[in-house]
Amino acid sequence: MIPMREAIRQAMAEEMRRDPTIFLMGEEVALYDGAYKVSQGMLAEFGPDRIVDTPIAENGFTGLAVGAAMAGMRPIVEFMTFNFSLVAYDQVVNSAARIYQMSAGQYRLPIVFRGPNGHAENLASQHSTAVESLYAHFPGLKVVSPSTPYDAKGLLKTAIRDDNPVIFLESELMYGFKGEVPDEEYLIPFGKADIKRQGDDVVIVVWGKHVHTCLKAAESLKADGISAMVLDIRSIRPLDHDAIFAAVARTHRAVVVQEGFPFAGVAAEIITRIQESCFDLLDAPVLRVTNRDVPQPYATVLEKAVIITAERVVETVKLVMGR
Amino acid sequence: MLAPDPEQRVVDRDELARLYHQMYLIRRVEELAARAYTQRKILGFCHLYIGQESVAVGVAAACRSSDRWITGYREHGQAVAKGVSPRKMMAELYGKATGASNGLGGSMHIFDASVHFMGGYGIVGAQVPIATGVAWALKRLGTQDVAVCFFGDGATHQGAFFEGLCLAQLYKLPVVFIIENNFYAMGTSLERQSAVTDLYLRGAGVGMAHEQFDGFDVETVRERVGAALHHARSGVGPVLLEIVTYRYRGHSMSDPARYRKDGELEEKKKSDPLLITEQRLKDDFGVSDAEIEALRARADAEADDAAHFADSSPEPSVENLYDYTYVSPR
Repeated sequence: MIPMREAIRQAMAEEMRRDPTIFLMGEEVALYDGAYKVSQGMLAEFGPDRIVDTPIAENGFTGLAVGAAMAGMRPIVEFMTFNFSLVAYDQVVNSAARIYQMSAGQYRLPIVFRGPNGHAENLASQHSTAVESLYAHFPGLKVVSPSTPYDAKGLLKTAIRDDNPVIFLESELMYGFKGEVPDEEYLIPFGKADIKRQGDDVVIVVWGKHVHTCLKAAESLKADGISAMVLDIRSIRPLDHDAIFAAVARTHRAVVVQEGFPFAGVAAEIITRIQESCFDLLDAPVLRVTNRDVPQPYATVLEKAVIITAERVVETVKLVMGR
Repeated sequence: MLAPDPEQRVVDRDELARLYHQMYLIRRVEELAARAYTQRKILGFCHLYIGQESVAVGVAAACRSSDRWITGYREHGQAVAKGVSPRKMMAELYGKATGASNGLGGSMHIFDASVHFMGGYGIVGAQVPIATGVAWALKRLGTQDVAVCFFGDGATHQGAFFEGLCLAQLYKLPVVFIIENNFYAMGTSLERQSAVTDLYLRGAGVGMAHEQFDGFDVETVRERVGAALHHARSGVGPVLLEIVTYRYRGHSMSDPARYRKDGELEEKKKSDPLLITEQRLKDDFGVSDAEIEALRARADAEADDAAHFADSSPEPSVENLYDYTYVSPR
């Protein structure tokens, strides 16, 4: 059993040993060992040319990664939190996501942008944003979000080998979360959902840290005689519609759980696709659970009212079940 | 002042004639682009380089062919100077399948990896940190090449410009940043955009070598940029150059440029890059009017050929619309 931060570190270090063009860049990744100790010890192994501390200039170092990728390297950019990626949003969405297309394939952008996403505890308004909906919007980007150390390692190795820019969303709350990771090498392809819990009555579609919120909810729904499947999509773009549609075909009811704001979010997209393709299979409207539609407040009692909890998932599943 | 490149050859008659031809070719290509725009054969935004030709051609004359160029949206002249064929360039403006970016990029997004022309960017200043990253890779991959980044006076107020400069200087990267100061950011004159009108002084704040000079004479550009490239190539760090120039046309084809002062354009045209170099060819190298005429005729024919090629090329196929959204798995 290893914690998530170690799984992420193993993925980066293994890939860096294999390919000398890979480097890790970001604030405090080298000498400080990473704000969340994800890159601990990597400076000693790879040296300052490959584990690179940057000044606080997100737009600048993200643009640097874009240029370095175009010229033949494979950067990994760590955002101390994805909130700070919004300072670099232009370089991610206007440059990284588009140069391959607007150059008609002459320049590739093999970059991984990774770091913690969404809320942790009492981080207040500007350090709690979940950004998947902001990035999944753009063709040219891939967006993935692991929920276990096993998935994190396998997906990150795939991300590093991908020739496209990949947004890799971690969670501060999960860096210490432990799980089994085999000694032998493995990769997890993008666009393959994973059934984290099998069930017959309703499918809960989810990714990232809230997979665990939903597993907890599914466990408590058992007491109500409701058998809930938890489908971890793992990658948001590309999206494994086949797995989602197969789950709906089995359960005829679905709930989508998405951290972040509801308006124009990933959950809305998934629900649209379900109704476009599975309308006749549904026994109830598809509902979603998201953060409340307000900026994140600081006080614990308010924060808990805003974020997704197992109780809210249970309530919504019951609505879908007509209970 | 940066020390000159000791290995740079003195410009001889043939070299200067070649530079004149290049500048004249760029002007003709731009004039034909303007005409095609009024005929609605070129659409969208179209930003012309007329008046600034000595900058791109002078920089190209100082560069190695393996040096990488990254620029903004006013890049037609730079593309031709870097070696993008006028045919491919013009076909891209026409949105044709034979264009440098297969018609996917258009006027503002010309890319040609075969000559290391790494694109025109439409977000002002975004190319500055990208150039820093190209230089990062050139250094880490062990090349002796330099990244050259072009942008206008308007870009020097963007955060991306400042951040790109900070990082390039911090990591001592082989990059030459070139402010082409043409005195207008769209319709906003220099003194209305900036409290500091000597834009090269921005380099001082990040500890970067910085220099300013007039860019109307292609030989001056070649020599001073040669010095900057020599500095960057030697590994000591980047350079910020402010090359003073002037654009004759509006910001884009839709801009009549009514914000200029009366007589300003006419005054600036007295130091036209083509005039200066033509005079020098005649006065100092004994080039005849007939020879000048022959250089122009050759460029006219090349520009006409490019326009004809673009006009007669096929449209891109809609079937290929999704080909370059993602790199396919290997």
